[in-house]
Amino acid sequence: MSDPFIEIDHVTFGYDASRTILNDISLRFMRGKVTAVLGGSGCGKTTLLRLIGGVHAANSGRVVFDGEVINVRDRAQLYRMRRRLGMLFQFGALFTDLTVYDNVAFPLREMTDLPDELIHDIVLMKLNAVGLRGAAPLKISEVSGGMARRVALARAIALDPELIMYDEPFAGLDLISMGVAANLIRTLNDVTGATSLVISHDVPECMAISDWVVLLATGGRLVAQGTPAELMASTDPEVRQFVRGEPDGPVKFHYPAPDMAVDYGLRGKA
Amino acid sequence: MNWLAAIGAWALRGLGSWGRSALFFVDLMAALPAALRRFGLVVSQIHAIGNRSLVIILASGMAVGFVLALQMYYALATYGAAESLGLVVNLSLVRELGPVVTALLFAGRAGTSLTAEIGLMKAGEQIAALELMAIDPRQRVLAPRFLAGAISMPLLAIMFSGIGISGAWVVAVGLIGIDPGNFWSIQQSGVDVWRDVGNGVIKSGVFGIICTAVALYQGYVTEATPEGVAYATTRTVVISSLSVLGMDFILTALMFSTR
Repeated sequence: MSDPFIEIDHVTFGYDASRTILNDISLRFMRGKVTAVLGGSGCGKTTLLRLIGGVHAANSGRVVFDGEVINVRDRAQLYRMRRRLGMLFQFGALFTDLTVYDNVAFPLREMTDLPDELIHDIVLMKLNAVGLRGAAPLKISEVSGGMARRVALARAIALDPELIMYDEPFAGLDLISMGVAANLIRTLNDVTGATSLVISHDVPECMAISDWVVLLATGGRLVAQGTPAELMASTDPEVRQFVRGEPDGPVKFHYPAPDMAVDYGLRGKA
Repeated sequence: MNWLAAIGAWALRGLGSWGRSALFFVDLMAALPAALRRFGLVVSQIHAIGNRSLVIILASGMAVGFVLALQMYYALATYGAAESLGLVVNLSLVRELGPVVTALLFAGRAGTSLTAEIGLMKAGEQIAALELMAIDPRQRVLAPRFLAGAISMPLLAIMFSGIGISGAWVVAVGLIGIDPGNFWSIQQSGVDVWRDVGNGVIKSGVFGIICTAVALYQGYVTEATPEGVAYATTRTVVISSLSVLGMDFILTALMFSTR
């Protein structure tokens, strides 16, 4: 059993006092493994990544990065830690004034002293890995949404980080690109030995590539965790409903609302 | 007692806003050395902020010069002082109109552009992406733009005044018939390089710092939504313009006191 690269220790977080996004969560993301964090919209998956990246501080509890407790006030520690991670943002977060090539080259130019010839080769290798070597000279406005996400993926892995965080890597991709992206995440992990964290609600892809799966529910509650096989075989109604995509079950589709008769002003008229 | 609570909440919000903007400015100053070490970024921003403001600055300067020459001539001719037209136009432009009108145009043209750019970078998570790449957005994005704005504004104000004086020459000499030698010589004898031109340049430097800092701050703290960015760009123009006009009075009182 490998040691944890990231530890989430009794973390509670909310953007304001009225709404708790993560509620006393404790998780361990093992070194060199692919962990998928699954859950419906608004259950705090992306927030979890932001806490690991030190974008926000937990209200209580601690986030440990390779044995070091993250202190968001310590800028030097934060930047030292961030140099070891790469993140694929949900909507790419590409620099729209740069070309595809320059976007992937950006972290290499900013963070290293590598000569231009070497940066050129690395950028083309990364773009080739996501199938976009031929798109290198294009502007970001000239590529489709799915292609933009693949460019963002190439940028996230440009510096071969030790921890790669993928925020919804399969959203907006066609079936071919989705398969390639899933394969790429797994292969990258196996080849580089990086620790990968995949935030998604795409159950089949995540189950296929992950070593460990965490399931969160609305309100930042941990529902279950285990290997993909364990979760697929689970008899817990909440887990079953999510992994099978069933409309009826403990997870409600509707946002909490007052009785419909009250909203339509019908109460008392019948 | 609700009104008392409302006043208290308003005062706390105001103080909080002042505190945050002051901290932002301190952070911005701390990021300047890093931006100076990569002066290429500043130069490209001078192009984006300064060069692209040239057309509106030069066109406005020319128009102001035309009108100023006409208006001053009507007033001065009444008292038989039309020959001093060149001096009056020059002093009006280099001391006052050049720095102030350039700053107001700069706030409208470059300030809004900066706010929208930074706000949209925030909305598109580009600022967050920089942070997570361990690249300080204040050093990489904000400081080069701040330096570019502070450098561009005095240059634009000098050009505004220069083209304004040229426009006044066209009207005064070409249209009204003022003697060209007199038009220039009265300026040579009546305008002091340090007291008049120098103070005008210092004024425009101060306005450049104010307008650019306000624009960057509004973009940086904007709510990352289309409405938030729209509101921030409006605030940039309003706050920059009022700050420039207020600061202009203070600087004029300090610089051109007769005592």
